[in-house]
Amino acid sequence: MEQVIANGLYLGAQYALIALGLTLIFALMNVLNFAHGQMYVLGGFITYTVYGQLGLPFVVALLASGITLAVIGALMEKFLFRTVIRRSHREESTMLLAAATAFFFDAVILLLFGEKQRGVPKIVKGVFNDVGIIMPYDRIVVGALAIVFIAAFVLYMQYSRVGRAMRALAQDRVAAQLMGVRVDRYSMIGFAMGAMLAGIVGGLLVTITGVNSGIGGPISIKAFLMVMIGGAGVVGGAIAGGFILGMMESVGLTVLREYGDVTYLVIFAALMVFLSVRPNGLMGKPWG
Amino acid sequence: MKLNRNTRIAAVVAFLAIVFITVPAAISASGRFDLYYTLTSVALLSIASAGVWLTFYIGRINIGQGAYALMGGYVSAILVMNHGWSFWLTLPVAGLFCAAASVLIGLPILRLRGVYFAMVTLVLTEVARLLALALPITNGAKGIVSIPLPGALSVFGITLIPDFATLQNSRLAFYLLAVTLMVVCFAIMYRLVNSRIGKLCQSLQQNEELASSIGVNIANLRVIAYAVSSFFGGVSGAIFAAISQSIYPSSFTVTDSVNFMLNCFLGGLGYVFGPMLGTLVLYFGWDLLFQTGQFQLLIYSGLMIVLMLVLPNGLLSLAETTRKKG
Repeated sequence: MEQVIANGLYLGAQYALIALGLTLIFALMNVLNFAHGQMYVLGGFITYTVYGQLGLPFVVALLASGITLAVIGALMEKFLFRTVIRRSHREESTMLLAAATAFFFDAVILLLFGEKQRGVPKIVKGVFNDVGIIMPYDRIVVGALAIVFIAAFVLYMQYSRVGRAMRALAQDRVAAQLMGVRVDRYSMIGFAMGAMLAGIVGGLLVTITGVNSGIGGPISIKAFLMVMIGGAGVVGGAIAGGFILGMMESVGLTVLREYGDVTYLVIFAALMVFLSVRPNGLMGKPWG
Repeated sequence: MKLNRNTRIAAVVAFLAIVFITVPAAISASGRFDLYYTLTSVALLSIASAGVWLTFYIGRINIGQGAYALMGGYVSAILVMNHGWSFWLTLPVAGLFCAAASVLIGLPILRLRGVYFAMVTLVLTEVARLLALALPITNGAKGIVSIPLPGALSVFGITLIPDFATLQNSRLAFYLLAVTLMVVCFAIMYRLVNSRIGKLCQSLQQNEELASSIGVNIANLRVIAYAVSSFFGGVSGAIFAAISQSIYPSSFTVTDSVNFMLNCFLGGLGYVFGPMLGTLVLYFGWDLLFQTGQFQLLIYSGLMIVLMLVLPNGLLSLAETTRKKG
């Protein structure tokens, strides 16, 4: 049982970090970023190239993943999403754009990195084996790093000037603008930060599970799940959703093992029931 | 689109002439019989997309049509294979089964809005795929294969539709079937949108609370719209299963659901015939780009992004603006 909980916590930390980026973009722009999983894959491949191929230190690779994705996110906001939001009659049109960018990233990743599964050397060797828990050290390091990033993100949103501006924007765009918040600028920063988080998780997880060009879509779906559980556009909700999904996956894989591959089916079904009781997730605001 | 009555009738007649006479004639003249399959797919996909469009019309983003298409395909396949039903009977049954399922699913989830509904329907597509993998009746990942072609349909001894297996050119038969259904489907859609219910649906799209306060039964209305939408999805899935004579859990996936949605966007959310045009352009665009090989997806998605930047309100909005200027 301790093992299951430890696995759940480790998974949850990763998932929460993915969901944070998605929910940040949603909160600021009302855009459901379909390309989030692809951004994650891209981050993974950048770390793979810098750390695995070029042999530079892991920290450099992680930074490279984060910064590249932040730049890509900023450019996407400035040249794609902002234009479409301005010109379109209906907000939902951004979804087509998001889906198209997801396809685009898929194509780019496939062309640049091929379809093979890629892994990198372990960052820390050895296995922790005590108090009934077996866990490789690199997983512990990655899990801890993820928690550090989550904490840093929350603190940044809470106490920095940029974070305050973004929270104001998420609460009420027009009011924030009237108070003198530069809406365009902070939307761009927010999108960049969301993309950066996706890139960083990609970089972290490539050391454990490796990466291949096909996992973008499934990762996006998982991120959507977490955001739904916690409530869209709420930082606390994304973190809660991430840990809940991680825990459910870990417990489900153990408990439902003898029934075959039904863990996700059960999770989906439970989510449907949950959402019919609480349509806005755990902490979400009513949306409409 | 405000055209006068005569122009509209002329346009409909011209459209029917093109799909039923010109296209088959052109194909048999050019010998490109593979185009039948492409056009059949376009017709069927546009039926499913029309359903998605209807849910857009009540202000919901539906990324779950793949689930109903899969469900319809399986219902039809299982009834034909295990119970020996005629395909023609399974077609409406598949649609009704999906509609009934969508009422059950829709009652709770239609309370959700915006991205919540979008995400939950996306998850629904995954649920359908996983269910198809897990249930014993669907035969798991192996799917149901070698489904017989649709048999003859006769009423009171008069053969209305001949047995597809005896036809020389079953592709033409499927084309005619798909196109007929498409025409019927869009006729229903057009009638629906321009009726009292259509106006009520539009009021839902704009403001549900306001509509409800005036006395519109919003819960009822959105379930009806969703059921009609799923009916279309089920029917198109059932015919797809019949054409390919097989159905697998991966026949309709999240990508298909997303594509149905994209078809609507591309055609234009404000236009009934948007999904038809969107499907045609997207499907043919993808096919034409096949020659570019590994760059196919890159060019396709790149073009989609550009199109979105230039025409964010859909292809049919082009007609609108030119008319306004002129």
